[in-house]
Amino acid sequence: MSSPLRGDGGAELLFNGVKKHHVTLPSQSEPWDMKQLLVWIQRNLLKERPELFVQGDSVRPGILVLINDADWELMGELDYQLQDQDNVVFISTLHGG
Amino acid sequence: MSCEVLACLQWLCSHPVPVSFRLCFKDFFIHKFKAVLGKNRIIFPGEKVLLAVSGGPSSCSMLRQVQEGLSQKANKKLRFVPGVAFIDEGAAIGQSVEERQRTVAELQAVFQATGFPFYILPLEQVLDLPASVVATNPSPSEQPASAYKAAVHHFVETDGSNFPRPQEPKKTLLPRVQESHTLMLQQLLGSVKTLTAREELLNTLRQHLLVHTARTEGYSKLMLGDSCTRLAVKLLTSISLGRGAQLAQDTGFSDSRYGDIILVRPMRDYSAKEVAYYNHLFTVPYVVIPSVDTKTVDKASIQRLTESFVTKLQTDFPSTVSTIYRLTSEKLQTACRKRSGADGCDRCLLCLCSLDTAVGE
Repeated sequence: MSSPLRGDGGAELLFNGVKKHHVTLPSQSEPWDMKQLLVWIQRNLLKERPELFVQGDSVRPGILVLINDADWELMGELDYQLQDQDNVVFISTLHGG
Repeated sequence: MSCEVLACLQWLCSHPVPVSFRLCFKDFFIHKFKAVLGKNRIIFPGEKVLLAVSGGPSSCSMLRQVQEGLSQKANKKLRFVPGVAFIDEGAAIGQSVEERQRTVAELQAVFQATGFPFYILPLEQVLDLPASVVATNPSPSEQPASAYKAAVHHFVETDGSNFPRPQEPKKTLLPRVQESHTLMLQQLLGSVKTLTAREELLNTLRQHLLVHTARTEGYSKLMLGDSCTRLAVKLLTSISLGRGAQLAQDTGFSDSRYGDIILVRPMRDYSAKEVAYYNHLFTVPYVVIPSVDTKTVDKASIQRLTESFVTKLQTDFPSTVSTIYRLTSEKLQTACRKRSGADGCDRCLLCLCSLDTAVGE
């Protein structure tokens, strides 16, 4: 299953400055959910300072997560099950005024 | 719009985000901007207003709102004459000349696209400012409320023909910065022992440079892009820093400490999340520029700690930011209202606010 990922607003600084990542997640028996995606991102994409991106199971407060342009809070947050080609964006709202 | 209302609006429109929601959100976002200016009636038609743009999401969003508001097809057009100021603070974070030029070039492209005159100011210029920058100039005589309505009426009648036309954007060359100046600035910042104090110093230097530019280029208003979230953090930080008496000026909609240049904060009704969302949906260009507290730990400075505190609280209690903002900043009044240099109200040399050092009245 593949998904376009994007980091913005400063979040990309933790991914070597690369904003867009088109990721292909290894197939597994159950559908991928956001919680697993975060773990996967932490292991495979995050280049430095994981505590600035993830906190516990979720993202650090101040990071806005959009799934197909909608706030993930409306989609079930960590429990949302990813579908093929879902567009996920992480925007840091802490940086910049 | 509070976070909860925004969430409800999205939910009602269901996902994926339909066109109707986008338009609805866009209208509301733009409307809020014009409403806050209209309600406060502080910017007169034809007035020159300098927009302080840091390149960050809030100030770039503010720039977009001004563009939208001034466009011909806008309903209830904004009527002032904007200019844009960007301060290149690369020296403060040890960026190389090339890195700074790259950032400036990116932003220059954004500013050029707006058609407004813009000023690229290396922070080093603050070292050359005259002493007059730390003086409050006499403010133009207080305009009675009726003057605003009359001015708008007059503007509409004459179709704005008597007012200064937006200037042709100047071909501003990237100012050359002497290495000695950069070193001097870095020494100054390096001599400050804590990150807290360094951030405060940067704030002060930034503001001096902006006010000076506004004065020399003939602008009477300076627009700052602080969002509601930022101001809530600033409010709590200011209290921790002993600036409780200056809260109204530091976080209010308008700040008249400089007298002739009034600072306004039209983005204070927008949360950082709203701004981020709007910028994403409507592709507002902005440039991420590291600052002195980028990637620092929570306890690195009082500002960072307060930001972390407020942001974390906001996750579980989404009305945190709006509560801090509403209950406190709107209720605060400046104690020393009418003042000029001659009324004996002692002022701080750095921030130009009235001193609050009287002990045990």
